[in-house]
Amino acid sequence: MTKVKTALDRRSFLKISAAASGGILIGFSWFAGCTPDTKNGKFVEVPNEWFEINSYIKIGDTGMVTIYSPNPEIGQNIKTSMPMIVAEELDADWNHVQVEQAPLNTGIYQNQFAGGSLSIRMGWTALRTAGATGRFMLLTAAAKEWGVTIDDVFAEKGIIKEKNGNRKISFGEIASKAVGIEIPKEVKLKDTKDFKLIGTSQQNVDGKKIVTGVPQYGIDFHREGMKIAVLKHAPAFGMKLKSFNEEEIKALPGVDDAFMVDISINGKANGNASPQFIAIVGDTTWPLLQAKKAIKATWETISELEDSEMHSKRMEAAIRTGKPNQRREDGNVKAAFKKAVKIIEKTYTAPFMAHNTMEPMNFFANVTTEGAEMIGPTQTPQSLERAVAGYLNMSVDKVSVNMTRMGGGFGRRLYPIFGVEAAAISKQIGKPVKLIYSREDDMSQGTYRPAYRSTYKAGLDKDNNLIAFSAKGAGVPNGGIYTNRYPAGTVDNYLVEKFAVKTNITTGAWRAPGSHFAAGAEQSFLDEVAELAGKDPLEFRLELFDRAINNPVGKKNDYDAKRYAGVLKLVKEKSGWGKTTPGVHRGVAAYYCHSTYVAEVVDVIMENGKPKVQKVWCAVDCGILVNPDAAKNIIQGGVIDGIGHAMYSELTFDKGVNQQSNFDTYQLIRHSQAPQDIEVFFVDNGISPTGLGEPGLPPVVAALANAMYKATGKRYYHQPFNTAEQA
Amino acid sequence: MAIFNLKVNGKKLQVDVDGSTPILWVLRDHFKLLGTKFGCGMAQCGACTIHLDGEAVRSCSLPISVVQDSNITTIEGLSEDGEHPVQKAWLDIDVPQCGYCQVGQIMTASALLERNPNPTDEDIDIAMNGNICRCGTYVRIKEAIKAAAKN
Ligand code: FES
Ligand code: FES
Repeated sequence: MTKVKTALDRRSFLKISAAASGGILIGFSWFAGCTPDTKNGKFVEVPNEWFEINSYIKIGDTGMVTIYSPNPEIGQNIKTSMPMIVAEELDADWNHVQVEQAPLNTGIYQNQFAGGSLSIRMGWTALRTAGATGRFMLLTAAAKEWGVTIDDVFAEKGIIKEKNGNRKISFGEIASKAVGIEIPKEVKLKDTKDFKLIGTSQQNVDGKKIVTGVPQYGIDFHREGMKIAVLKHAPAFGMKLKSFNEEEIKALPGVDDAFMVDISINGKANGNASPQFIAIVGDTTWPLLQAKKAIKATWETISELEDSEMHSKRMEAAIRTGKPNQRREDGNVKAAFKKAVKIIEKTYTAPFMAHNTMEPMNFFANVTTEGAEMIGPTQTPQSLERAVAGYLNMSVDKVSVNMTRMGGGFGRRLYPIFGVEAAAISKQIGKPVKLIYSREDDMSQGTYRPAYRSTYKAGLDKDNNLIAFSAKGAGVPNGGIYTNRYPAGTVDNYLVEKFAVKTNITTGAWRAPGSHFAAGAEQSFLDEVAELAGKDPLEFRLELFDRAINNPVGKKNDYDAKRYAGVLKLVKEKSGWGKTTPGVHRGVAAYYCHSTYVAEVVDVIMENGKPKVQKVWCAVDCGILVNPDAAKNIIQGGVIDGIGHAMYSELTFDKGVNQQSNFDTYQLIRHSQAPQDIEVFFVDNGISPTGLGEPGLPPVVAALANAMYKATGKRYYHQPFNTAEQA
Repeated sequence: MAIFNLKVNGKKLQVDVDGSTPILWVLRDHFKLLGTKFGCGMAQCGACTIHLDGEAVRSCSLPISVVQDSNITTIEGLSEDGEHPVQKAWLDIDVPQCGYCQVGQIMTASALLERNPNPTDEDIDIAMNGNICRCGTYVRIKEAIKAAAKN
């Protein structure tokens, strides 16, 4: 049993009050879950926001437990799994738990963030502590009522019972009486083996709303009297709006107003490639989309108009002659390559990619002299709030942000640009407005997944041992390569260098951004190295992990070799690796990122002369599984998304213009291209849970390439595999 | 602008819009039936799927002028309270992730089962290929369609 402190230096992470509608309200800090770094055995200073109450549990006198979940839901199911953690420690009846998106007031709710698979990792201890504290208070109140001690009572599914007696009382009946109980200094958390709810599959709490089409996304938001706005950005990166046929556009049917907007601050673009844009406002969407087509604008070229060929040449040059911005060398790589008996060198590339959340960017803004009210889909309400306040030159407390459900995030909604644009339009017209991007707007002027190029080289000695390894990666704007990740630590002579290539194209996070490419390249390359060494690709990887476990090279290796090897062994067992089925071709890969280990085996068959993924086997180590079926769903999604993007998706540029702008030219994976089956297995190890949104995706890129190689005899170095030439 | 008479979810409705206006925007902006989603506006993603006389169609690319007198069903009219077998299967199998594409998926799937109560994997692939899911829920969708077919 673990004991956790509810306070640090007498400042409490918890706050108890009576709920207005009856019952008890337990406020707690999401951040109390972070373990403070210790220096010389002493706590270092804890950031203030750790003490800010940002989440609430209400136990009403009806017995209904309401958990206000402050973290945004982008489809990773935290709105279900996080409350499960609270309910577990509270011993509430899950059927009497309801979950609500915290009504956002960023003055109170700090640090909401859904990205980088962080939500569960950050919330774990905080949520447990809050639940356990609630249980303690209720038990204490009941014990007091009955004149017994807390050790004489226990809770089960929302009912408190006497251990040696027949008395019973429900949470609802005792809740109000628990208000006066002193908050314990320490609470006991359950032993993980005693979990009853955690580890069981619970349905998505919003499932019914989703399948019945209840409006809940940002694009569905409506307020009486609000206007609709559409916009037009610069057609190319490197161009700036000069003027447009404003009067003509204003005169079109259904158009109230059309104007130029500039959201740069003091002439600075603040990360927006197109801070100047045209906005068209009216009451309904269609006439505005029509009016957009009638825009005649003049644009001036203010910086280089880049194209994809230019990018690949520049990445190649950076790798050849550039100065790395990150580097690690163990041993003497040059000398080792001289000694090597066999040497292999391969280059991998991947294009820019757009996010393509199915719900295009949108935001509601109501800007008045008093302040700004913002409602919509954002993964980072705080940064949106700051950006809007910055643009409007208002103090942050005058801006409120409310989050809606999001039709996908994948990193795109980490950036506040569309919120600022909506605020700027609302300010100009002096009315509430909902800004909607078309798909073309969404795919242009994005914050794309960067373009990458990496060259890997390996040397084997006469006994086929890996004695030299080097990897050099460039990207626009920075390389997709990591100095301290596997195979760092497994080879004596090891070199990784990362290079940047300047660009005016805006890029950013994209579902496991760099890892996605790095995993694909590294794990495809290791497959070829294994082949050169005459070894089974899975056994070859395990051999390297043995080295990292028993005698690692260097100290700064970013992974736990045992857990890494663990998922490989699990996928080996579950997929029956090594057995052959006629017509089925297999590839394997493993990757660690966002604190979760995943190994995958892909089975490919040939259909009409083309490789097709039939089945995928996944082994995942994400610590304790909170909601197994939901976890499985997200891993399956990552696998399909990974296969799809590696096979079909690319965004190319010509003279600064993205050449794909809707789903007719930008291919996303479709039903018929998805695997028939994806099996997911989890390592059961009782370690605190880590995220799932991202880690399922990266390894499948390589497992797919390796399986397709077996099927076609061709190695796949360049994404998208389906169309790029594989020289 | 012109007056158009429509039959949506069994109700007679009237709207005054330009004849080129796609049904999607009439549903969303004029009738506030917000379950039908906008994804691409060019019949590529399926987010806007509705039933037109029982057939799954992409409402983003269907001008109002061509659909007078037809029966339109949207997700709001598919069942009273989500008890259509397809919706039920979707919940049982816990298909959705972000959920944005799911209304379109459900509308396409329900039209498929209406016309073909026992679809093969291939039938499902063909019927569903126009519905994109960026979250990657395809495997579960197929499972749910098969489960719904059984009921
Ligand atoms: S919005 Fe109609 S098919 Fe995409
Ligand atoms: S569930 Fe998110 S797009 Fe399908």
